[in-house]
Amino acid sequence: MRRFAGFRFPSVFLGHRAYRRLPVQHEWAPRWIMAAQILLVVALIGGWQAAASWKIIDPFFWSQPSAIWHTLTLFFLKGDAVTDIAYTFEATIIGFVVGTIAGSLLGLSFWWSRNYAAIVQPFIICFESIPKLALAPLIILIFGIGMTSKVAIAVALTVVVSTLTTYAGVKAVDPDSERLFYSLGASRFQVFRKLVIPAVMPWTISVLRVNIGLALTGAIVGEFISSQHGLGREILYAGQTYDIALVWVAVLVLAAFSMIMYVAVSQLEKLLRKGVAH
Amino acid sequence: MPSAKLELRSIAMVFSSSAGAVDALTPVSFAIEEGSFVSVIGPSGCGKSTLFNIIAGLQAPSGGSVVIDDEDATGTIGRVGYMLQKDLLLPWRTVLDNVVLGMEIKGVSRQRAHATALPYLARYGLGGFEHRYPRELSGGMRQRAALLRTLLLDTDVILLDEPFGALDAQTRASMQEWLLQLWADFRKTVVFVTHDVDEAIYLSDEIVVMSARPGRVVDRIAVPLARPRPRLITNAREFIAIKERCLDHLAPPVAECAA
Ligand SMILES: Nc1ncnc2c1ncn2[C@@H]1O[C@H](COP(=O)(O)OP(=O)(O)O)[C@@H](O)[C@H]1O
Ligand SMILES: [Mg+2]
Repeated sequence: MRRFAGFRFPSVFLGHRAYRRLPVQHEWAPRWIMAAQILLVVALIGGWQAAASWKIIDPFFWSQPSAIWHTLTLFFLKGDAVTDIAYTFEATIIGFVVGTIAGSLLGLSFWWSRNYAAIVQPFIICFESIPKLALAPLIILIFGIGMTSKVAIAVALTVVVSTLTTYAGVKAVDPDSERLFYSLGASRFQVFRKLVIPAVMPWTISVLRVNIGLALTGAIVGEFISSQHGLGREILYAGQTYDIALVWVAVLVLAAFSMIMYVAVSQLEKLLRKGVAH
Repeated sequence: MPSAKLELRSIAMVFSSSAGAVDALTPVSFAIEEGSFVSVIGPSGCGKSTLFNIIAGLQAPSGGSVVIDDEDATGTIGRVGYMLQKDLLLPWRTVLDNVVLGMEIKGVSRQRAHATALPYLARYGLGGFEHRYPRELSGGMRQRAALLRTLLLDTDVILLDEPFGALDAQTRASMQEWLLQLWADFRKTVVFVTHDVDEAIYLSDEIVVMSARPGRVVDRIAVPLARPRPRLITNAREFIAIKERCLDHLAPPVAECAA
């Protein structure tokens, strides 16, 4: 005992100083966050412009903000901006609507027969595992280079997601609720309309935002492969002619367009959720 | 002598699966008089819910038949009101719309169903909650709504499967009073499953005791206590005698357990 009498734990292991405080993050006011974001964008564009002017990066391949701005105004004032946007928009929306509705109906249909669901399901999974874009050239051959083929690719991308998600919703319908309905003397159709559809709606709605992105991807890829209009075709054409500023312009327009659609679908989702909840 | 409202004739149930057959019910027979309140007690897993499913026509028995009003009712649905163990209120419907579900399924227009249901909601403790959603209700309120939904189906026989099992003791006591009130007003034949012996005695005219799996009826105990029954009746001599008889069946002697 005595031998250790002189030993003492370092003070940090004793007393209150050893305890940590709960880490606290101070959140900035929204306007400071916004200011930081604007600063970041300005720095990025300024840096790009400077780097291109001083030949740190090759302006031929990278283009530069001033040239992009110039091309952007040309694209909207003299170019095909409106035609291209309208074309891509139309293909995306039709593909989105058709794919989502068809997929949801297919998913719901599985509720009616377990045998039918068991027979069809492997094929759906199989179709899901194929990279659908690999089928795009085939789809163009079948449906031609017009709008139909773009829509078809968008549908191919969206329909499976909707089907599988809706079917997952169908499988998640509480069997006890189903028994309750039958105990009240319900017909199968009544169970379907009053229980299955409302219960599955949130699942169906949850894929809308994913699907709008997929539909846009489908439309753009269709335009890449063969098309006479659309933002995808614009990007491909500009790339092939080394008009890098135009590539950037088309990509920017596409990004803005995609964000607008995303926000619109988010609003739609909110609206539908309210409709289901009430 | 009053006729039997509901009669079970040698109901048997065997669940067969890949793992083998499970004998859930060996022939169960009993009859229930019109307008009476009968409780079924028995150890967990003895087949009470299975029995209810069979009476409600949600499951085909392996043998035997269900007779209601002297008619074979085996495998027919919508003939008895059945409240399952969970309240199963639909979250996207208001309380009022949940309560009228049974009527809606029977083809009554929503408007008429609402008009029928509203006075009941007001009278039986859901006034002011008609247009709320189930998630906004307490457990007791939800049970009330579920029970009203069952009653408004307007069947003579009501099956209640442990309706108050998940409630705290106080809510439970007030729900029992509430249920007796409903029973007195509606004059239904009630079959009630519970694992609470006190609850069974307090509520019932008769208690059916079932054995552990495979379920069968081991005793039928009449409860000749006058109504309305005071809450403190649990201390009465007759009450305790009935309780002892029930517990005897439910908890076999220790030696028997060990064997
Ligand atoms: N669908 C089923 N398949 C196989 N066994 C079942 C099924 N339903 C119930 N059982 C079995 O039957 C017995 C009775 O179940 P249940 O009626 O739910 O009992 P209780 O309601 O009395 O607790 C249990 O042992 C249970 O495991
Ligand atoms: Mg049970």
